[in-house]
Amino acid sequence: MDVENLNSMMIDVLKEIGNIGSGNAVTALSNMLAKRIDMMVPKVRILEFNDVAEILGGEEEIVVGIYLDLNADIKGNIMFILDLDSALNLTNMLLDKEDDELGDIAISALSEVGNILASSYVNSLSSLTGLKITVSVPSLAIDMAGAILSVPAIQFGLIADQVLFIETVFKEGKSSVYGNLFLLPDMASFEKILSKLGVL
Amino acid sequence: MKKIKVGMADYNVVKAPGILTTLGLGSCVGIALYDKFNKVAGLAHVMLPSSKEIKNNENKAKFVDTGIELLIESLLKEGAVMKNITAKIVGGAQMFSFNNNSSILKIGERNVLATREKLKELNIKILAEDTGGNYGRTIELDAEDGSLLVKTIGHGTKII
Repeated sequence: MDVENLNSMMIDVLKEIGNIGSGNAVTALSNMLAKRIDMMVPKVRILEFNDVAEILGGEEEIVVGIYLDLNADIKGNIMFILDLDSALNLTNMLLDKEDDELGDIAISALSEVGNILASSYVNSLSSLTGLKITVSVPSLAIDMAGAILSVPAIQFGLIADQVLFIETVFKEGKSSVYGNLFLLPDMASFEKILSKLGVL
Repeated sequence: MKKIKVGMADYNVVKAPGILTTLGLGSCVGIALYDKFNKVAGLAHVMLPSSKEIKNNENKAKFVDTGIELLIESLLKEGAVMKNITAKIVGGAQMFSFNNNSSILKIGERNVLATREKLKELNIKILAEDTGGNYGRTIELDAEDGSLLVKTIGHGTKII
C-alpha cells in the first residue's frame, strides 16, 4: 500500500482512529488539569517533505516535541508538539507555579504528559483493533520545528516521497495551551489496522 | 541580496552575489559545495544515506549519494570546475534518544558518514564540519566567499 493511493474510505477510517485515540488522550489531559480542553476534528495529512514544518508555523519556530515509539503488533510513532508558551502554561498549570521558563521539573512533567497522552491514544487504538501495542518511554526535545519534524519525515522518506500523519489540534478553554498530537504509523501497520477493521 | 531557500530533499545552486539557506536541519545533512575561483555555490538538504538501500529512490535529492551527484552536475552547469570544489557539511543530529537506540534514530550519524564517504570518493575536500549533537541548525551559504553561517537554538551561532 502506498501513501499516494489511499482511497476515501481508508482516509475516513484513519480520521476515526484519530478521533477515538485523541479523544481519549484529550480526556486524560483534561482530567489531569481539571480543565476543559477542546479538540478539533482530526485531520489526515499527506504532505510533501517541504511543507511539513509549515503546519507548525515554519521550520525555525521553536517547539517542544515529545516523541514515543510504538511497538509490538503495530509499529510507528506518536508525537506531541506544543509551542513554547503553551508548554510553559501547561506545566505552570500542572505544577501550580508561575515560572517564566521551563525548568527540569517542568520538562519532566511534559514528558509525563506526553506519556499519558500517548498511552491513552494507543489504548483506545488497541481495544478497537484487538492489536497489541506497546509505548516506549518518551523522549523530549526543544528545538526548531524543522529539526524535530525531520525525524518522522525521514522515517517516511524510507518508503515514500510524502509524509502521512493523523493530526489533532487541541486547546485549553482560554487558548493558553495549544498543541498538536500526531500519530505516525508505518505503512505495513496501517494495512494491519485497516484489515482488522474490515476496510482492506 | 538574493536568498534562495533549499527545502528538505531539495538542492539549489547560485553564483555570487547570492545566499543559499536551509532552515531547521535536524537529522538531515546540509551539504555545501563551493568553487571559490568561479564563486559558484551549491547546497543540498539530504535525508537518507543511500539510494541503494531503498526501493523507492526516484527522488534523487533525498539521498546523500545521488543528491551529491545532482548538486555537482548543477554546479558544473553554473560554471564551477570540478577540481576547485570544496565541501562543508552540517547537521546529522540525533534529535531524540531512546534506550533501545533503533537505527532510524541514528540516521543522522549514518547520513554524516555516508556524506564523508561519497565526498572522499569524488576527491572533494571537506574544509569544515559542524555535525552530530542533539540540536537543530539553520545554515546560510554565501556564494561570495563560501562562508557558512550556522545558527542554533541555545548552542550559539558560528561561521565555518
